[in-house]
This record gives sequence, C-alpha cells and structure tokens, in this order.
Amino acid sequence: MLPQVDPMLPTLYQIEKVTKETEDTFTLALNPAQTDGLPPFQPGQFNMLYIYGVGEVPISISGDPAIPRTLVHTTRAVGTVTRAMKQLKKDQQIGIRGPYGSHWPVTEAIGDDIVLVAGGIGLAPLRPALYQVLAMRERFGKVVLLYGTRTPEDILFKKELENWRKRFDLEVYVTVDRATGNWYGNVGVVPSLIPKAPFDPHQTTAMICGPEVMMRFTVHALQNRGMATQNIYVSMERNMKCAIGLCGHCQLGPTFICKDGPVYRFDVIERLFDKREL
Amino acid sequence: MCSEKGKGEAMFTIDVSAFDDLLSAIKAKGYALLGPTIRDRVVVYDQISGSKDLPIGWSDRQEGGTYRLNKRKDQAFFGYSVGPQTWKKFLYPDHLKLWEAHSDGSRIEIEPATPESRRYALIGIRPCELAALAIHDRIFLEGPYLDPHYQALRADTFLLAVNCTEPGGTCFCHSMGSGPAVKQGFDLALTEIVENDDHYFLVNPGSDRGAEILQEVVYHEATAEETARAEKALSDAEYRMGRYMDIDNIRELLYRNLEHPYWEEIAKRCLNCANCTLVCPTCFCSTVEDSTDLSGASASRTRMWDSCFTSQFSYIHGGSVRQSAMARYRQWITHKLASWQDQFGTSGCVGCGRCITWCPVGIDITEAVWALRESEGETRREKTQLTGV
Repeated sequence: MLPQVDPMLPTLYQIEKVTKETEDTFTLALNPAQTDGLPPFQPGQFNMLYIYGVGEVPISISGDPAIPRTLVHTTRAVGTVTRAMKQLKKDQQIGIRGPYGSHWPVTEAIGDDIVLVAGGIGLAPLRPALYQVLAMRERFGKVVLLYGTRTPEDILFKKELENWRKRFDLEVYVTVDRATGNWYGNVGVVPSLIPKAPFDPHQTTAMICGPEVMMRFTVHALQNRGMATQNIYVSMERNMKCAIGLCGHCQLGPTFICKDGPVYRFDVIERLFDKREL
Repeated sequence: MCSEKGKGEAMFTIDVSAFDDLLSAIKAKGYALLGPTIRDRVVVYDQISGSKDLPIGWSDRQEGGTYRLNKRKDQAFFGYSVGPQTWKKFLYPDHLKLWEAHSDGSRIEIEPATPESRRYALIGIRPCELAALAIHDRIFLEGPYLDPHYQALRADTFLLAVNCTEPGGTCFCHSMGSGPAVKQGFDLALTEIVENDDHYFLVNPGSDRGAEILQEVVYHEATAEETARAEKALSDAEYRMGRYMDIDNIRELLYRNLEHPYWEEIAKRCLNCANCTLVCPTCFCSTVEDSTDLSGASASRTRMWDSCFTSQFSYIHGGSVRQSAMARYRQWITHKLASWQDQFGTSGCVGCGRCITWCPVGIDITEAVWALRESEGETRREKTQLTGV
C-alpha cells in the first residue's frame, strides 16, 4: 500500500511554455511550483491535469524521461478542459497528479529492432519512448518510426521529425491520408508503410499508438510480416476520472486502463480488441 | 475488525425485551445507531433511537419492478428483507467534497478536505450486505491506492447483523453463498424467532467487543430447542428465496457471450435509468465534478456516485464508447458477475435482489444468466439441484 497521502490531491505546476504544434494541438512545458515535483515517469505513462475550476483530464507525457523535472504534455483542444488549457500563459498554474499507468517496454526491448507506429496525436505518447531509445541507441538493432496523419498540416513536432530523418541510425517514414499544399511524400494509411519497413519481424518490439482502428490494421500488417502478438504493444484510451483504479470509468474488460494500461501487450487484450462498444 | 467466528459457536438467547438494552449498550460505547425504518412506504436506513423506530410488524412483497409493504400478523422486528437503500450511503456517501482550491488569478492553493471519522453501528445489517461491505473494504482499502474518506468512515464500525428468516421474492443470496446466515465479519449476529407467544433472538458473538456488549444485557445460553428453531428457520429460508442463480463457471459464461443476441433483447426493455446501479450494495463507480463559486476565487472538487448506464460514463473525445443500451447492460452484468472476479477476487453480486425489484421494467439478472445458459443448450436446473438437496 502506498503512503497515506490523499491520491486525489493535485501537485501544483507552473506553465513554462505553451507551444502551438498544429491548428488544434499544443504542447505544455511545466515545472513544479514548489521545490518538489512528482516522481519520475516512464515513457507511455500519463498524468491527470487539472485546470482551476474547469476540470481534470488524463494526458500522456510527451517529454523526455531523462529530464523528469520538466513535464511536457502534447494534446489536442477537443473538450472544455483542453480548450481552457490551450489559453494558458507562461507562469500560470495547473494541478497535476501522476504519473500513472503502465509504460512502453523500452528497456525490455534492448537487443531488438524497434518499430514505433504512430497515428495523429498518437506520436505524443510514443515520443518519450523514442527519446529513451535514442539515449542508448547502440543497444538496439534497427529503429523505425512510422507516422501517419490526416493531412500534412496535422504533422506534429515537424522540426524534430526533420532532425530525426537526418540521422543515419533512425528510419523515419511519414504518410498522410490526404495530400494538401506542396506535399510530395507518401499518401496512404500508416499500416501501408509496414510491408517495406526495414526490421526483422522475428526480433522486433513494436509499439503502436493511435486510433483503435489504425492500431487494429497496424497489428494485422505486423502479423503479416510474421511478428508475434507478444511483441506488439498498444496504448489504449477510455474515459477516466480518478486514475487510481477506484472510479470504474476506464474499464476495458477485466482491466483498468489507469493501472493495467494504457500500454498493453497486444495478446493480453486481443480478445477484447475487436468487440464493439466494450 | 471482527474475528472470524461463525455458525456452530456457542449461542445465546435474549428476550425481545432486551433488544433495546443491546442498542443502549452499543450507543453507550459511542456509536451512532443506524438502522431500518419506514419512510415513504419503504424500508430505508437512517438514524434510529431504539426498537420503536424499526419497521416492527411489517413485511414486504418484492417482485421484478414491485415493492410493497404489508402488515404482518406478528410483531417481528426484522420480518422484511432489504429495501432500496444500502449502507454505502453512510460509508461511501453519494456526494463528497474532496478538496477546495483558491486562486487570485495566477497562484492556486489547494486545501484537502480532512477525512471525517464516524463511529457507526449498523443495526440489522443483513448477510448479503455484510458480504457487500467486505467487497467495498477490498476495493477501497486494499490498494494499491486507498480511499482515505472511506477508511475514516469505516475505521470503527459496529456490525449488529441480523440473519434472514424472511427472504424476499427477489432474493438469491443462497445461490451467491452470502446468506441467509452470516458467516463472518460481524460483531453480533441475531436470529429472530417469533412463534406463537415466543419472541426472542438467538445471539452469536462474532468479536470480542460483540461479546462485551452481550454482557451488558440479560441473556442465557441457548437451549437445544431454541438453537434448533433458529437453524430450521434459516434452512427454510434457503428454499423460500424467490430467485436462484447458477454460478457454475459464470465468469467464462459471460466472457464467451460478449456478442450474444440476448443483449439486444434486454436493450429493448432497458431504460438506462441507472436504478440498478444506485440500489446495488457493491456498485462503486464515481465521477468528479469541478466547480467554482460565482467570483471564481474558490473552486472545489466533489466526488459523486456514477453509473455505467449513462452516456457520459464512457465519453471520450468524439463520443461515448458505449453508445447503445445493449453495450451498457452488457458492461454492467459482465462486470458484476465476471470481470469483478478478475479485479477483486470475488463476485460483484451478493444476491440481494435489489436490481430486480427496483428495475422499473423488471429486468432480472438471474433470468439473464439462465437465458445465456439455455442458449448454450443447458436445461434450467431446479432450485433443489443447485442448493444440493
């Protein structure tokens, strides 16, 4: 049992920077308002972010786990809370609880090829995993990032993606559903990148984050390459109120996404994955 | 907490006239007495001052979507089964402020709400309700995170249990292994006997402090005849329950039928009203509401009971995961009877029958299980085949 602090009590953080990523997505960088921040996080974990008087939402951490003091969150302004969050300015305060949930198996995957597959905003929860991989790059085989968005305007972290693409030890493939403007890159859904991606299906760990339908087709494509489902990980999302396994909202079959997820080994939830409205 | 003593221990007898002495002795130890009483023609749980507040001489008739109180021919203190309320209203309140915050526009200060301690005596808690209490203890107190508010309200609860000799029309605790006699987790357990001119309680102390309370009243060691009468009343009760459920491999039954056409049949009737989850003694889902005062200088977070039957419950950007009534009912029953076992090592159903009685259209959890079994070619077994007679 954890120490006797009220787990529903947020810790105060201060906005360091708000960065506009695309038309509807933005990144917050936060530092602890007092000296003590939250415990360090693992790639793939999430925090509960509280906007004063408005509400609280779960958002995955998109920053570097090697710099745990500064929390970085990238999200889309879609609801009351995230829209209010988008209006925040430097030095304003925000409440944070966390970090919560399971994490991407980066250290467990040492020795393997790494395939990261992201759809849309799904790149945000995968970025900490990529940071961790790159921090010990020599301990992995091939490292591949496959990223798909609706249009070129929806691509997150553009500068960073360009820098990653310049590296010789990292394969980055980007595709869009619909080409607009002067896009000369791939057009098509992310799973279509998998047949040609350079990795050894028998010695690869794959980590996927995106809409459920995208993850389903990505898993199929990876299986068609010969990958076993025990080596495929997905990140799931459900409504969440407490993040500590007590409110019941985030159930996925017998699991609670806040503590058994959000990152699942695919074979563990395979039987639940194709069921509608579960 | 209570020790694990059960049936077969030394039994004692108190006359009905000593019942109020028992309550006084409990009250004298500093406990607030909570118990059954009648309001708006139903049995509810509230503060009581003595036996005069109990529904003496009343019984109830319960069926799918039906609850009626009837006068009894005798003056039994506990001659009814459970009503719509559960003890969770005291130990897990429907609204609870978790904290308050203040802001001057830039800085925020958060003030935790100190968990309030209470010393409640639950007078007349039934075996199925004790089982439900044990389930909540496991959820809220066994971590990894615990609920400090539940912990404070539950830290010192005196449990005066009453065995069920008058089961209701929707009861099936015997099928769930939680009744009609209590097994463990109580301070004192009573079995009421009202026959001809006799009116007395057999008393089974389940803890040291229960035994201490008993010392404060006039009692005698139960005679063989008294014990035999109580045992007969309880074994009769096992067969007088209006419902029964076959729980053999029930977890697998639910899991392999996630896509069964029967869910659509239920959905045609289910109103998504959430009554079943509100009356359920084990349902624990909650939501939080964040609000501010008019000036915006203060904000607070309140925890409230929630229900998996609402569309908001599963809402994520773009819409609800469970949009249909079919999906919500399936979630509720599958959680209750199957996934609860994976999560907490116990069934989420204790067989109290409230969800059947208080469903406005009489949807019946036991019927749902039979329907799944019959669709798999099983024949419905008789009650006697299930209870092993």
